[in-house]
Amino acid sequence: MIEIENLNAWFGENHVLKDVSLKVAKNGSFGLVGESGSGKSTVLRTMTGLVDDWEGNIVVHGHELGPKRDKTFYRQVQMVFQDPFGSLHPRHTIDRILSEPVSVHKLGDSDRRVVKVLEQVGLNNSFRFRYPHQLSGGQRQRVAIARALILEPSVLLLDEPTSALDVSIQAEVLNLLAALRRDLGLTYIMVSHDLAVVAHVCDDIAIMNHGRIVERATASQLAQGSLEHPYSQQLYKAAGGYDRAVIDSFVDWD
Amino acid sequence: MRQDKLLSVKNLTVTFSTSKGPVNAVRGVSFDLGRERLGIVGESGSGKSQTGRAILGLTAANGSIAADEMQFHDVDLRNLSPRQWRKVRGARISMIMQDPKYSLNPVMTIGDQIIEAYREHHKVGTKEATHRAIEMLEAVKIRDPQRVFKSYPHEVSGGMGQRVMIAMMLIPDPELLIADEPTSALDVTVQLQVMAILDDLVRERGMALIFISHDLHLVSSFCDRVLVMYQGRVVEEIRASELDQAKHPYTQGLLNCLPKMDGNHNDLPVLQRQASWAEG
Repeated sequence: MIEIENLNAWFGENHVLKDVSLKVAKNGSFGLVGESGSGKSTVLRTMTGLVDDWEGNIVVHGHELGPKRDKTFYRQVQMVFQDPFGSLHPRHTIDRILSEPVSVHKLGDSDRRVVKVLEQVGLNNSFRFRYPHQLSGGQRQRVAIARALILEPSVLLLDEPTSALDVSIQAEVLNLLAALRRDLGLTYIMVSHDLAVVAHVCDDIAIMNHGRIVERATASQLAQGSLEHPYSQQLYKAAGGYDRAVIDSFVDWD
Repeated sequence: MRQDKLLSVKNLTVTFSTSKGPVNAVRGVSFDLGRERLGIVGESGSGKSQTGRAILGLTAANGSIAADEMQFHDVDLRNLSPRQWRKVRGARISMIMQDPKYSLNPVMTIGDQIIEAYREHHKVGTKEATHRAIEMLEAVKIRDPQRVFKSYPHEVSGGMGQRVMIAMMLIPDPELLIADEPTSALDVTVQLQVMAILDDLVRERGMALIFISHDLHLVSSFCDRVLVMYQGRVVEEIRASELDQAKHPYTQGLLNCLPKMDGNHNDLPVLQRQASWAEG
């Protein structure tokens, strides 16, 4: 479904992705974990065409991606961003936010599509003509997911979709994402700094540091803590809370 | 650790007047604090930050504070004049905010900012203050304090910036430090390292710490005691070591809805909020 091979990317002189390769099967979910600056979001941004300077092979649905993405690509692949406050237009109603992709792609029938997608993300029709500021953070993130879903894509790229949310709201959004994958047969690539979130959502996980994948694991390997690379072990231990002995053993990976 | 009472808050209420009428952000919060580490945990809008800000008299202009008691040693914090507040803030009670990017002055070197904090409360010359500032940067485990001293905030990383904030807040030697989400803008490993530094300094100096955070697990592994807030009220007070025996359904719900690394993808239990929690 998605195959990335030897992906390299640069920001000017800065070599930010180094030989990243990954494969995601249809209806699979792949997680990228790492700290800030590890390049995890850059993988998604390169896929969607938000990074210009890159090399390597990205194959989605058997089509190899060139320097430009066309409309059919964006119908297939949609992205959900981290910050539901920054990613929705503050002066557009939810209805307008959701119908814009429909008119861009000339799909028509936007009325029915908006109603349907709102229902899919668990918002009732009363939200349709509100503005983003009248919604809570969790509701806004549902709108962002709805905007991605309205084109009926087969792949969702999720960039820290819950890290701006309270934990109780995070649980609701993670459940929603799991249900959507089940019901619509979606394929996910999810990026997060939170090992537990990724372990919960994804079957296959890659841990990134300084633009490189340093370790791959399955969710069950992660559950047992059977990680080999010292960096991923450190990340795993850090997820366990404040423990003085563990902290003193930390090494800087700069 | 709680033999001497440092701070006593009784029935604290913070009310904001808004265009839609008054909003009670904090409603009847009471607690005593000794030389200990107290965690205040809650979700956004629970009033945890407003509780911390009220103690320092930093409530925004459209807000008003009411309390039966707000006693810090011999000082009644309820009706201080701006001049009296300046004697308390920084010198005796200090605060670390969430994001060093916004709380450090971008056009002033780090060294000058720390010196300013020190000389505000101590009458010393530049040389002595410089010496103390560099010592303080060493104390927060900055490897090259001379270089950082001369740097501007944008030239250091987030973790380093937060260590600088800690250095700046601790250099006047306050008795109570309020840390409002001091590490939530940082990566996990850096977050823990910054907390370890905070932990050491608070212990060495015998300070009291109020640690405000949304992360129940982190707080309970770090603090002695935790207040759990919901819609402006304290719904549960619990010893950090006994968190697994939390009784209030809200605290239990918060703990249960966290994803766990157990390899299963089952739906997470969702918090079922009850109106009665807000009434207390």
